[in-house]
Amino acid sequence: MVHEWALAEAVIKSLEGISGGVKLVKVVLGELQNVDGEILLFALEELKKGTQLERAKFELEVEPAEFECNACGATWKLSDVGVGEAEREAIHFVPELAHAFLRCPSCGSPDFRVVKGRGVKVEPAVG
Amino acid sequence: MDPRLAVIPERLRGVSRIAVFCSGKGGVGKTLLASLTALIAARRGVKVGLLDLDFNGPSSHVVLGASGASPREERGVVPPEVSGVKLMSLALFASEAPLPLRGADATDALLELLAVTRWGDLDLLVVDAPPGTGDELLDTVRFLKRSEAVVVTTPSKLSLSVVARLVRLLRDVRTPVLGLIENMGRGDAKAAAEEWGVRYLGWVPYDPSVEEALGDPGKLLGTEVAAKLEEALRAAGLLR
Repeated sequence: MVHEWALAEAVIKSLEGISGGVKLVKVVLGELQNVDGEILLFALEELKKGTQLERAKFELEVEPAEFECNACGATWKLSDVGVGEAEREAIHFVPELAHAFLRCPSCGSPDFRVVKGRGVKVEPAVG
Repeated sequence: MDPRLAVIPERLRGVSRIAVFCSGKGGVGKTLLASLTALIAARRGVKVGLLDLDFNGPSSHVVLGASGASPREERGVVPPEVSGVKLMSLALFASEAPLPLRGADATDALLELLAVTRWGDLDLLVVDAPPGTGDELLDTVRFLKRSEAVVVTTPSKLSLSVVARLVRLLRDVRTPVLGLIENMGRGDAKAAAEEWGVRYLGWVPYDPSVEEALGDPGKLLGTEVAAKLEEALRAAGLLR
């Protein structure tokens, strides 16, 4: 899954220009996007070379996905619904495609909200 | 912190111009004209991409006959090339499944697509914008900062009254308007364009033969619609 390189590039770019020197960067990976943490970390280590992030340390944390149905109010987790391999791959590219493939396990509606665990977030610690 | 915002300019670095085809209303032929613009440009040797942002009803792939095409992963997502046009659409991932996205989800989907799509070098990126003047259009011109708008209307008062508001909105958000193209018309919208101070690029006739040419780029390029549209694109400066 070399899409991780594109995400790593986005993470590095987003940290450029932060003054004060970034020492530690927490990268939160939403379970829904199913990002391969090992590849992402490898890409981050490669892409940081020669940048002001050269000495920064990256820590990954996976945030479990939670959903809330807009129709019936039920809440559920990704493990509560089945996702096929092809669908998983599509959601990996654009997590909103979950609305094409997932349904509320209580009422069957595709009208739901991803409460948490969607995609990639970055939390830098400066100093 | 959202890492996607920082990488979008990088992804668009090799793109010379971005033409956003928009209309206040749905059903005026925006998708057909945007897709056909990309095909005409490709035929004239222009390096061109087509980005379908009508997430709820993507159909550019239908115009191009690209239902079997799929993007390739290579340090991001590389759009498939269909009849010389690099195409990116959620339909390439979602197939024909309905995609019910609310406003915030549409914004997220747009950001994600822009952050991962590797267009490479393009002379022109044609964007098929969603109908209306809501989140998706506002996000389109917000995140695609060099956008230039091509406004599509029919000669109907119903379309013109909405397009009048769209033109004002585009000015308010500082998006340059290249001009107005009248679809399924005979020149009747020219007066309205002049009244709004918008360049009238030309009209494209209603042509029943287009329906059967959908999905067949060769046939589409042979229609009168394509010939008239090419004139309008030259007037807009999008083709030489």
